[in-house]
Formats: sequence, structure tokens, C-alpha cells
Amino acid sequence: MTQALVFIDNPGPALKKSSLELLTIARSLGDTAVAFNGELHDDVAAALGAYGATTIYRPSAADLDDYLVAPKAAYLAAAVVASGAGTVLLENSADGKEIAARLGIKLNAGVITDVVGVDADGTAHKSVLAGSYNTTAKAKSAVAVLSVKPNSIDPEAAPAAVTPETVTVEVPAGATANAARITARSAKPASGRPDLGEARVVVSGGRGVDGNFGPIEELADALGGAVGASRAATDAGWISHDFQVGQTGKTVSPQLYVSVGISGAIQQKAGMQTSKVIVAINKDAESPIFEIADFGIIGDLFKVVPQATEEIKKRKG
Amino acid sequence: MKIVVLVKHVPDAQFDRHITGANNTTDRDESILSELDEYALEAALQLIEARGGSKAGNQVIALSMGPSGAVNAVKKSLQIGATEGVHLSDDALAGSDAAATSLALAAVIRHLGTDAPVDLVLTGMASTDGETSLVPAQLAERLSLPQLTFSSSLDVTGGKVVARRDGDTHSDTVEASLPALVSVTDQINEPRYPNFKGILGAKKKKITTLSLADIGVGASEVGAAGSLTVVESAQARPPRTAGTIITDEGDAGIKLVEFLAAQKLL
Ligand SMILES: Cc1cc2nc3c(=O)[nH]c(=O)nc-3n(C[C@H](O)[C@H](O)[C@H](O)COP(=O)(O)OP(=O)(O)OC[C@H]3O[C@@H](n4cnc5c(N)ncnc54)[C@H](O)[C@@H]3O)c2cc1C
Repeated sequence: MTQALVFIDNPGPALKKSSLELLTIARSLGDTAVAFNGELHDDVAAALGAYGATTIYRPSAADLDDYLVAPKAAYLAAAVVASGAGTVLLENSADGKEIAARLGIKLNAGVITDVVGVDADGTAHKSVLAGSYNTTAKAKSAVAVLSVKPNSIDPEAAPAAVTPETVTVEVPAGATANAARITARSAKPASGRPDLGEARVVVSGGRGVDGNFGPIEELADALGGAVGASRAATDAGWISHDFQVGQTGKTVSPQLYVSVGISGAIQQKAGMQTSKVIVAINKDAESPIFEIADFGIIGDLFKVVPQATEEIKKRKG
Repeated sequence: MKIVVLVKHVPDAQFDRHITGANNTTDRDESILSELDEYALEAALQLIEARGGSKAGNQVIALSMGPSGAVNAVKKSLQIGATEGVHLSDDALAGSDAAATSLALAAVIRHLGTDAPVDLVLTGMASTDGETSLVPAQLAERLSLPQLTFSSSLDVTGGKVVARRDGDTHSDTVEASLPALVSVTDQINEPRYPNFKGILGAKKKKITTLSLADIGVGASEVGAAGSLTVVESAQARPPRTAGTIITDEGDAGIKLVEFLAAQKLL
């Protein structure tokens, strides 16, 4: 019997690192299967096998992507029943959490979001209230539904690769009946930098950059990191809202967060204070960001940041 | 048009927030109307104003579930412009997780729909305390409503609701027929403040207090008993303490790189 079922939604030609993390956690819980949606590329199927997925479930319908979350939850519920899984793991994106939410109601299963670690007995670890508490939570139900944040574990392939069996799951009739339909979709330009939510280094700029994200981007590139921003910077239109870190933006937990020209309001801290190391550059010594920075520089970002970027480039040769 | 807006009374994030008690729940002293719900309220008010407002029979019902203090979130909503308020209050609700919360809220919304159907349920994108974003989707599932969550724009015409939703890699236009559930982001509008007239007028508006018995929900279906998850432990994280702070004397960029190298972060 399958112990853990990982939902993987439309990965395209390669699995995301966060999906590999989910598969690694799933293996620690027991026999692992995947509920897959979208086109299954050969490389992806091979990677799923390398990470120990014994079965790949696929939906009987191809139009799940035409609707917002609800039909995917209906399919996933059918896959949970088919697999007999006790734990369902999903990514912690907006869609992932909402699929988890609906799945929970369908299966009368407890849902835990924002998970950063799962013990072998199913206990989930998370941090709440903007990182001020660490909690453990458990589902009381037969099935547990967990959405897991990226960077929670180092992905590890299975000791021996398996060749997964593919099984089609019948999507329940009426799955699309009360679902919102997606009538238009426009792709956003890709930046070539690591994904903000998954990056090991994030360099964020705030109102202090005064419309010029150049120095932020250059430092991010020198460190191989992602670019982030405060709401003041996104509201000013200097950078797209997608880059906002904070309560109403992304929550990030990188190895290194560099906060540049950001005061450190509570809503901004909510999105970054679980970062391992925090560096702050701000010309105002009174800025609250200095209360949580491991290394703080009181100075003009337009002098400090380019100098640091140059020095990194020099050292890296 | 009849719109129900969910408004939550949450601990003010400007102060330290605490988890207390046997069930590890959030301490609700110093609570306020969740800032993210103000965007939903504003969206609702704009929708009814475009249809002649309350004089034309449109309603914006602010609904809050929670202990006695939660009525303050309803009152604030009435001051801002909601036409009436509903407070679901029952001791048995304490400690409800998202599943139990959505069960109770779904029952209230069915109850509110008995005289005239509810066209739209509007919510914020997340509460500022639990921050799970589970309740809107679970409510939609329980009420068999289409959900248009994380909407950054909203348009209702001819019984159809159209919204824009921004994902990481793409933006979508989503569409459904009424009735529907919509959650909105902080990008959708600029919430208004209550004005003097609104504050005075709010005193005359109706607030209905409902108990579980009024909505036909049993005590064992909600609260800690009805929840499907349990918080087993909660530990305050040691607050982050300030590390080394230096003032730039012309070489801070280099010192920064030395710090990063020492931390093996290069
Ligand atoms: C409901 C709600 C949700 C919110 N969600 C978020 C969120 O998700 N994310 C978020 O970030 N905010 C959020 N906010 C906004 C938040 O409260 C702050 O307003 C915002 O974070 C401020 O951004 P900032 O630090 O860039 O700007 P400011 O507070 O204006 O700070 C700018 C800083 O730059 C410094 N500076 C200026 N020039 C220089 C220079 N040349 N060199 C060095 N330093 C310089 C200044 O000293 C100052 O500290 C939210 C607010 C609300 C009400």
C-alpha cells in the first residue's frame, strides 16, 4: 500500500527542486506514488523513478488546466482513494494550498500548510505568526494533507531507481461543474535568475533604491541569487509585484537575505525573518531592520552595494 | 445584489503576538479588523455603489465568527460602509481549525441565503494571523461555489464574475457565474477609511448575533472537537538579535564580502 502520494502539477520538461524535495520527504514516510497532471516527459518520468515513485497516477481528463484548482482537487481525491495513501504532499504555492484545502473537505482530512519538516510519524513542523513561533501539528484524520515549503530538505535520489507503473485515474464526472474557468492566460517574462521562493540567496531592494534596481540586480547576479523587493518598491512600479517579499508577497527562507534600502516594517519582516543569515544595508541607523540583521551596514546603498559586487567578482576571478 | 464579506478579528501585528492555552491558540487581546479583509470590504462596497447602493436594495453583510470581541471587526466594517453585520459567537467554536471554521461559516451563509440568495461571498486573500488561505477554498468546496481566489481585479456583469489572478509564471483571467466566492489581494483597490458620517451611521445599523443552534451546527462539529488538525506544541522562537552593525567608512562593501566569506556564503 502506498504511504505517501505527491501531487505534481504541470512540471513541463523538468521537475522543480521543490518537487524533488517532496519526493524525498515522501520516501521517508514509506512507499511513494505520484499523482501527476500535465504532459509526462520521458526525463520527468525517469526522475520520478530515480526518486523512488513506484506508481504514477494520471488523470483521465486533459482539460484540468482550463479551470481554477477545483477539478484538480477532484482528480487528486480520486488518486488518493486509488492509491490508499495516508499522506498527501503538495507544493506550498497558492494553487497547491487551495487544492489541499478542497481535498481536505472532500476526504474529511486535516490540512497543514507552510510545513517545513515532516517526521516519520507524520508530525509536521511549521513556523507561524510571521516566524515568531515554531509549532508542530498533526492531522487527526485517516489521511493527512500537507503543503510543504521549498528549501525544507535537501533532495536525495532513492538508493535504487525504480520503473514506475502508470495508472489512469478517472476524473469524477461533474468535477468542472462549479469551477471557475480560465478564459485567458498570459505568460510572464522569465528573468533567468533563480525562482524567488526557492533561491538560496535573495537580494531585496526597497524605497531606498529610488527607482534604480540596477545595483540590486548586479549584486544578486554576483551571488547567484534572486531579486526581491519591498511593497514600497513594487507599489512605485519600479519592479513587478511578483518580486514582493512579505505578508502579501512571497515568504522566503534563503540561506542569505540581503535587505537593501528597506526599513523593515512588520509586513516585510513577515516574509523574510526565517532567513538563515540576514544582511541589511540602510542609511538610517534607526531602521527596525537592524534589530534582526546578523550583519548591518549603516551607509548609502549606492556606494556599498556596487563595492561589494566588485569585490565578489574580483574574488571569484 | 447580496454580498457577504468575511471579516476576521485578528491580533494586531504591530504588537508581539502570542500562542496560549491547552489548544495552542492565538491570544486575541489587542485585536483589530484584519487589514487584508478591508480590501474585500472595499471591493464589495464598490460593487453595490455601482448598482445604486443600499437604497436600491443592495446589501453588504459583514460576517465575523469569533469570541465576543470579534463583534468589533463587524462594527468597524459597518463604519466603513457595510449595510449590516452578523456575528457568529459560540463558546464551542474556540480552537476551530480551517475545516471547522469553514463548516460553521458555510452554515451561516446558507442561513443568510434563506430569505434571498447570497450572490457573492468576498474574503481577503488570507487572515493576518493564521495566514493559511485555506478557509476561502474550503468554504467554496462546502457551498459548491466556483472560487476565484487571489483576485487582483473584479468585474460583475450579467450574472457573471470575471477576475484577474496573478501567478508566478503567468496571469490568468478567470470567469464564473454567480453565485461565487472571490478572495481579493491587496492589489485590487485602496480601502477607504471610516468617516465621521459613517461612524455615526454605523450605530443605527443592524448586527445579528447567531449561535451554533441558530445555524443548525452541533458543538462537536466545530472547535477543537470538530477540527481535523491539532497543534501539539508551540515554542516561541528566540527573537532574532541584532548582530554586528558597522557604519560605512568607505570600505563597508569589502567588509560585507569578508563577512559573507567567513559565513561560507560566497
Ligand atoms: C496590508 C498590508 C500588507 C503589506 N504587505 C507588505 C509586504 O508583503 N511586503 C512589504 O515589503 N511591505 C508590505 N506592506 C508595507 C509595509 O508596511 C511598508 O510600508 C513597506 O515594507 C515599506 O517599504 P520600504 O522599507 O522599502 O520603504 P520605507 O519604509 O520608506 O523605507 C525605505 C528605507 O530606505 C532607506 N534608504 C533610503 N535611501 C537610501 C540609500 N541611498 N541607501 C541606503 N538606505 C536608504 C531609508 O533609510 C528607509 O529605511 C504592507 C502593508 C499593509 C498595510
